[in-house]
Amino acid sequence: MAPAIRRLGGYLTRHVDGMLLGTVLVLMAVGIGVLFSASNASVARISSQLMNILVALGIMWAFANVPPQHLRRLALPSYLLGVLLLVCVALFGEIANGARRWLHVGITRIQPSELMKIAVPLAMAWYFDRYEATLRLSNYVTAAVMLLVPVALIVRQPDLGTSMLISASGFFVLFLAGLSWRIIVGLAVAGLASLPLVWSVLHDYQRQRLLTLIDPAQDPLGAGYHTIQSTIAVGSGGVLGKGWLNGTQTHLDFIPERTTDFIFAVFSEEFGLFGNVVLLVLFLLVIARGMVITANAPTLFARLLAGAITLTFFTYAFVNMGMVSGILPVVGVPLPLISYGGTSLVSICIGMGILMSIATHKKLVQT
Amino acid sequence: MPELVINQGVEIRNAQLELHRFRVRLAVSFVLVLAVYAVLVGRFFYLQVVKHGELHTLAEANRISIVPVVPNRGIIVDRNGTVLAHNYSAYTLEIQPGKVDDLERTIDELATVVEIAARDRRRFKRLMEESKGIGSLPIRTRLTDEEIARFAANRYRFPGVEINARLFRQYPQGELFSHVVGHIGRINQKELDQLEADDRLANYRGTDYIGKIGLEQSYEQALHGTTGVEEVEVDSGGRAVRTLSRTPPVSGNNLVLKLDARLQEIVYRAFGDFRGALVAIEPATGGVLAFVSKPGFDPNLFVDGIDPHNWSELNDSPDRPMVNRALAGTYPPGSTFKPFMALAALTAGKRSPQQTISDPGFFSFGGHVFRDDKVGGHGLVDMYKSLVASCDTYYYMLGNDLGIDGISRFMSLFGLGSRTGIDIKGEATGVLPSQEWKRQRFKRPEQQKWYAGETISVGIGQGYNAYTPVQLASAIATIANNGVMFRPHIVNYVEDIRTHERSVVEPSPLRTLPVKPEHLAFVQQALIGVNKEGTGARAFAGAGYVSAGKTGTAQVVGLKGEKYVESRVRERHRDHALFIAYAPADAPKIAIAVVVENSGFGARYAAPIARAVFDYYLLGKTPAALKDEGDKADEDGSRD
Repeated sequence: MAPAIRRLGGYLTRHVDGMLLGTVLVLMAVGIGVLFSASNASVARISSQLMNILVALGIMWAFANVPPQHLRRLALPSYLLGVLLLVCVALFGEIANGARRWLHVGITRIQPSELMKIAVPLAMAWYFDRYEATLRLSNYVTAAVMLLVPVALIVRQPDLGTSMLISASGFFVLFLAGLSWRIIVGLAVAGLASLPLVWSVLHDYQRQRLLTLIDPAQDPLGAGYHTIQSTIAVGSGGVLGKGWLNGTQTHLDFIPERTTDFIFAVFSEEFGLFGNVVLLVLFLLVIARGMVITANAPTLFARLLAGAITLTFFTYAFVNMGMVSGILPVVGVPLPLISYGGTSLVSICIGMGILMSIATHKKLVQT
Repeated sequence: MPELVINQGVEIRNAQLELHRFRVRLAVSFVLVLAVYAVLVGRFFYLQVVKHGELHTLAEANRISIVPVVPNRGIIVDRNGTVLAHNYSAYTLEIQPGKVDDLERTIDELATVVEIAARDRRRFKRLMEESKGIGSLPIRTRLTDEEIARFAANRYRFPGVEINARLFRQYPQGELFSHVVGHIGRINQKELDQLEADDRLANYRGTDYIGKIGLEQSYEQALHGTTGVEEVEVDSGGRAVRTLSRTPPVSGNNLVLKLDARLQEIVYRAFGDFRGALVAIEPATGGVLAFVSKPGFDPNLFVDGIDPHNWSELNDSPDRPMVNRALAGTYPPGSTFKPFMALAALTAGKRSPQQTISDPGFFSFGGHVFRDDKVGGHGLVDMYKSLVASCDTYYYMLGNDLGIDGISRFMSLFGLGSRTGIDIKGEATGVLPSQEWKRQRFKRPEQQKWYAGETISVGIGQGYNAYTPVQLASAIATIANNGVMFRPHIVNYVEDIRTHERSVVEPSPLRTLPVKPEHLAFVQQALIGVNKEGTGARAFAGAGYVSAGKTGTAQVVGLKGEKYVESRVRERHRDHALFIAYAPADAPKIAIAVVVENSGFGARYAAPIARAVFDYYLLGKTPAALKDEGDKADEDGSRD
């Protein structure tokens, strides 16, 4: 009996990274705690999120067991499928909330831009890995085009938040793949110079969000309302917070989207600066572990993929907390592993699973 | 190991070097991550430590809402405790426009549950515009129990609609007291500005109504009370979650009037179909016993906001029911001016009581003939007879002798031509003519000059003379009270609802007139004579008390040299009948001034009303048929 259990245990944990899993589970537990408060102890929300967590952990485990070279094979097809679907969205997509993001596929509808969050760094890592021995400027240009095609399609939907996050993950691949510093600086300068042009193509609501960021009081009942109320929540939390379940901003319904995108306001109000720092440390643990896995990854493909996943995870957390605390515009980015919602949980856990896979398969590959 | 080289000029990279470069880049990105997190921590520090106090205050301000608790408005009762204005609680159906997406549809659906008339919709629309959709606005008031039950069963269909118990003002006496008690109505912008200027706005938070006219207006501060405060925790939708603290409101004070509701009603009925005004004053205190302006209107119509139909009906009526005749109506006093003229002559030493004139029936002055009503004249007339028989010629001459400014100076002592200061607003000044008055009244120099001939008409209470019934009542009350004058006041005292402490409105006299007691006594005797053997005798025949009075008739349209024949004159051009009187003559309890508009002779129409008032007030008699008696009066050929 005992050896059988041990064998089963061994099979289950063979490709699981203990430290990553531990930190992820702690973050998920924090998330459930905050959700309990944010949802006013809604049993439906809690049980639904627990369900999401179970599914996400299952998918994470599955991806941890997929060797990186199998992923490598899937890179190009998933990327091409993604682009195709984005084109379909542009042509026949369904409009919801003023944006064309959804595609009807038989009985359900899908949001191809979600797929691209993984597919873009996967494909770019694959591309650099393939031309590893002979990398030149033209390869970077090609990789950049691979990034810009889906980004352009997503910008047009319009979905500024997602396209910027995908741009970030693609940029991380380019950066880690050794894009010349001169080009990076050049791009930064060009980017700043082209801001007026970007401004001119932005939609009104997008401009409003940016203006509101500069001065939320300008539109206190409209676009600025989220920022003002979440900033008040964060600030009123003080050093130690108001205590779990005691956030007045939260419980009196002043924080919009308080179980999803703005859940950090709830956390911050109830646990204060102390809680925020603890949360940042937890995120940093995930990022640091991801960096270690990246640094030790056996192939360029694995390194680029792991690096992009780690930095994208960081970006999500930063953008969300920056938005809630009022230093970044309001974009629909959930707080990784904390916010309520299955989609973001699953996509984060796929990333974690891939990291685990890279961490645990390297010995096999190296031989 | 040598560097690996090279087919076809393609460089094979050094794997170790590449790995090293990669790790450097990774380290750079980790440093960037730390730097960015440091920015976040800095932001958190700024918000949660530096700005904590400010943002904490904002969160509390979000959380805590100060809800005003509106005090109960004080009630108004007459001297016997008869209720003239009170509050009752009723259920209203209210909509919070901010919480309702489609107002029209919601109201349409509500109409299937409770009755909503077109009038309710119009009023709601007007309230929407006035309030700009803020707060809770009534769509229906005074719901029946059945309607409440029906709405309660359908409540889930109507988010943002609720039933509230509200206090409503009601005037149970209806139009009887419309011009005294007045009414409240929704606060308008002008009143808001005034409240703000007076620094009273805070006390009106939550209050929708304010006194508009009458006592409701002039005693607004006493009636309103002090608004209480409830600190409640609210959610972002403004719904109260729980009460944190409460300072109860202090109810407004009650008004207890000098006025007698029964007397008021008798006066009102005594007018029959005539328009007019009557003010009755207790001479020893200045307290107003009856204050009638007829026609009146139903003040209850105004409480919730009057609907356009009723408003135009009241506003366009030729009877002008909205005008407070007793307060703002100005009438030439006619012969009721004569006792004051006589007193002026005695005081100025221009006449002695015994001095007689010979009355040929007219008085010529400057080529103009001033007629007496009695054709052929009254013969030899002394001062007593001049009042009892109301001889015009005597006063034409007296007016000429006193001069306009002499008349004016003396009459101003009685408060004629200036506001009495009665405790309701909107009082007219009237006109006490003088040379100075004419200079200021007219623009062109030729109009500004006073002509001696004009003084002659003033002597018999015509010409520019115009006084309000309140002024006349106050003046005759002063004669009755031996020259001691009080400011007329309707409210006897204001009663604090908690301590039952009473603050009396007008406890001490205004002034004592500088007239000799023997002069006053003479005029008083002459006025007794009027009701005993003169123009008022018919109306006061068989009265169980001794009264003093003076009849008067005020011309509405000047008739040039013609004899006035009542039946030939159009109704609106008929003379106003006046009567001033007091009783009992030895110790006056009540003094009155009556104006009956467009009725005809004062003795015939106004004096009987005074008789009815005295009979009730002094003897407790309720008159049966006033008009029949009036028809028989006044047959001696004299108008007054």
